[in-house]
Amino acid sequence: MDFTLSDEQMMFAETARTLFADSCTPDHWRKMMEAGAAHDDARWASIVETGLSLMLLPESAGGIDLSEIDFTLIAQEAGYVALPEPLVESAGVAAPMLAALAPGHAALADPLATIAIAHPINPFVANADSAAAILLEKEGEAYLVTPDQVTLTAQASIDPFRRLFRVEWDAANATPLGKADWDLALDRAALFNAAMGLGLAQRAVDLAVDYAKERQQFGKPIGSYQAVKHHLASAQVAIEFARPVVMAAAAEIGHRDMQARARVSHAKIVALEAADKAARASIQVHGAMGYSWEVDAHLFLKRALALSRNWGTPAFHRARIAQRLFTQPNGPEQTFARESKNA
Amino acid sequence: MDLTYTPEQQAFRAEARAWLEAHVPTATLEHFDATREGFEAHRAWEKTLKSGDWGMLTWPVEYGGRGLDLIQWLIFEEEYYRAGAPGRVNQNGIFLLGPTLIEYGTHAQKQRFLPSMASGKEIWAQAWSEPQAGSDLAGVRATCVADGEDYILNGHKIWSSRAVFADWAFGLFRTPGTERHKGMSLIFFPLDAPGVTVNAIKKINGHVGFAEIFLENVRVPAFNRLGDEGQGWHICMATAGFERGLMLRSPARYQVAAAKLAALWQAHKETADPALEADVVRAHMNAEAYALNIYQTASRLMAGAKIGPEASTNKIFWSELDIHLTQTALSILGPVAELTQDAPDANPVDWIDDHIFALAGPIYAGSNEIQRNIIAERMLGLPR
Repeated sequence: MDFTLSDEQMMFAETARTLFADSCTPDHWRKMMEAGAAHDDARWASIVETGLSLMLLPESAGGIDLSEIDFTLIAQEAGYVALPEPLVESAGVAAPMLAALAPGHAALADPLATIAIAHPINPFVANADSAAAILLEKEGEAYLVTPDQVTLTAQASIDPFRRLFRVEWDAANATPLGKADWDLALDRAALFNAAMGLGLAQRAVDLAVDYAKERQQFGKPIGSYQAVKHHLASAQVAIEFARPVVMAAAAEIGHRDMQARARVSHAKIVALEAADKAARASIQVHGAMGYSWEVDAHLFLKRALALSRNWGTPAFHRARIAQRLFTQPNGPEQTFARESKNA
Repeated sequence: MDLTYTPEQQAFRAEARAWLEAHVPTATLEHFDATREGFEAHRAWEKTLKSGDWGMLTWPVEYGGRGLDLIQWLIFEEEYYRAGAPGRVNQNGIFLLGPTLIEYGTHAQKQRFLPSMASGKEIWAQAWSEPQAGSDLAGVRATCVADGEDYILNGHKIWSSRAVFADWAFGLFRTPGTERHKGMSLIFFPLDAPGVTVNAIKKINGHVGFAEIFLENVRVPAFNRLGDEGQGWHICMATAGFERGLMLRSPARYQVAAAKLAALWQAHKETADPALEADVVRAHMNAEAYALNIYQTASRLMAGAKIGPEASTNKIFWSELDIHLTQTALSILGPVAELTQDAPDANPVDWIDDHIFALAGPIYAGSNEIQRNIIAERMLGLPR
C-alpha cells in the first residue's frame, strides 16, 4: 500500500506543466478565439514531440506504454490551462482503442494526427472535422472512417474550443474493426476528464487568489475579507477531497471490475463538481469583472459545464456507484477490496 | 502508487480482527460522558486493549506503544469500527497530547506520562479554551508564575471535554504581562490538585461531556511543562494539527456509518422519498473520499512529509460529511427519527444521538470558520 507518486511520474507532470505554461496562456487562447481556431498546430507539434500523445499507446503501435496514472497527471495539467487541443480524447481514449483493434493502422503512423471517437454515450463528436480518422460504434462493433466519408453537422458549443459535430454515416462506407471495448473507452474518458476537472478547479481558485490579493475595496485587499476567503477555502476543500479519488481511480481502472467503475464514476462526479464550484467562486470573487469576457474565469466554467455532462451525466455515474454500494459488501475494510468475480 | 495491501498488512488485519472478535464487549457500554460508571467501563476497556497490546499502535514500544506505521494504524481502525468496539475515552491523551509529547517531551516526561496514558490508568482532558478565548486561543488569560522549581497556575478554563471524570488536564498558560502568542506555556495539571475546581456543563444531549475548570493558586512542578517556557503556542498548533487531521477522526468511523446508512435505505426505500437515494450514495462517496485522502496523507507522512495546513481541509470535510450523513438517516426514518433509544418504537441505530453529536463537529477543534481562514491564509496565501 503506497499512495504516493514516483519521482518519474512527478517529473513527467512537471514537463507537461512547463510546456503548457509556456504555450497555452490566456493570450494564446484569445488569439485563437479571434481567429475562430480550436487547434494550434505549433503547440500540438510540441505536445507530440514531448511524447505526451504516445503515453498510452503500446510499443507495437509506436507508443511508450505508460499507465493511466501517468496520463491522469498530464490531463490534470491540460485542465489547468484549459488546453484546446483534443489530447485527452485522442491520445487518452481514441488512439489506444484503435491501437487495441488495429495496432498497425495508418492513422496511428502519423504522430501529429488526432483520432476522434463517436462513443454511444455522447450525442456529438468532438473535433471530428480535424481528425485523421473517426471511430464509430454500431452494435458493439467499431468502424473507422475519415471525415470525408461521413456527413458532419457543426454544433456550436458555449466553450469556444469545443468543436462538436453530429455525425451521419453509413456502415457500408466504413472500415469494420470488430468488437471494441467501449466500456474501457468510457472509463478512460471519464477518468481523464475528471483529472482535467481538477486542473480547471485549481486554476479557477488560483486566478481568484491572485485577483483577491491585488484588488482593493474599503481600503484593503478583498482577499483579507472573511467572506471572500471562505468562498475560496471551500473550493479548495472540494479539490483536496476530489484529488485522491481521481488518483485512486487511475490506479484501479485496470482492474476493470465494479469497484473500479464506481471509483471512476466517483472521480468524474466530484472533480467536475469541484471545477464548477471553483469556477463559480472565482467569478464571484472577481465581481462584475468576473462576469466579463475579458477575465479568463469564464473559460474554466464553460469547460467544466461541458465536461460534467459528457461521457456520462452525474446521474449515470451515480447509478454506477449505487450499483457497487447496494450489491457489494461495503464498509471500511472494503475500500481497496476487489469483488470476487467481475460483474 | 500501489493500492493493494501487502501480505503482511493482510495478516495484520486478520490478527486484529480475530482479537477484536474475541474481546469487544457484547453489550453496549454506557456513554463515557453520561455517568461515572460509563466512564469507568470505558477505562476498563482501555486496559483490555492494552493487555492485548492494541492500545497505542503508532507509539514507540518503550513508551507503551507498538511501533507500527500509519497504514497499520488505519487497518486497525477499520477493524476496530467494523467490530463495533467502544469509543476511546482517553482519546484526548492518546491522539492529541500523546503525539505532541512524543515530539516535544523529554525522555523523562515521556516515561512518566505516556505508558499510563496508553493503559488508561490516567485519562486526560483538554484545557485550552477560556470564556474569552475559544477560536481566538491566543487570547487566553490563565497565568503561570514560576516559583522556585514550581509553577503557580491561576485562571478559568471552559469547554474542557472529559474533565468531569478525567484525571489530568493539559492547558495553555501565559506568563503575566505577555500578550497574544508570546509567553504561553503548555502545562499539565492533575484535576484533583488543591485549588482545582471542576464544574460539569451539560451538553445539548444532556451528557456532562464538558466542564469549566477554575484554578486558584494551583502548584505544579516545572517538570509538567511541555517544551520550553513560551513555546506553548507553537506546540499547541502542532497538537491542533493532530486534532483536525487524521489522528482524531479515522475514516473507518464514517465508512461504518455510511454502510449502516445504506442498509437503512435498503430497508426503507419502498416508503421513503426516492430522492434520498442520491444522498445515501453521496454519504458513501464522502466517506470513501475521506478514507482515500487519509491513506494518501498517511503514505506521504511515511515517506517523510510533515502535516501542514491541509489538516484544516480534513476538519471541514469530516464535520460536514458527518452532518450530511446523519441528516440523511433522519430523513429516511421520518417521524421515527426524533425518538430516543428508550422509546419502544425507536430505531435500533441511535441516529438522532449521532446527529446531535455531529452538530458539534463544525465547532470543536477550531470552528470551521477559523479552519477556512487558515486554508485561505496558509494554503492559498491570502492576506490576513
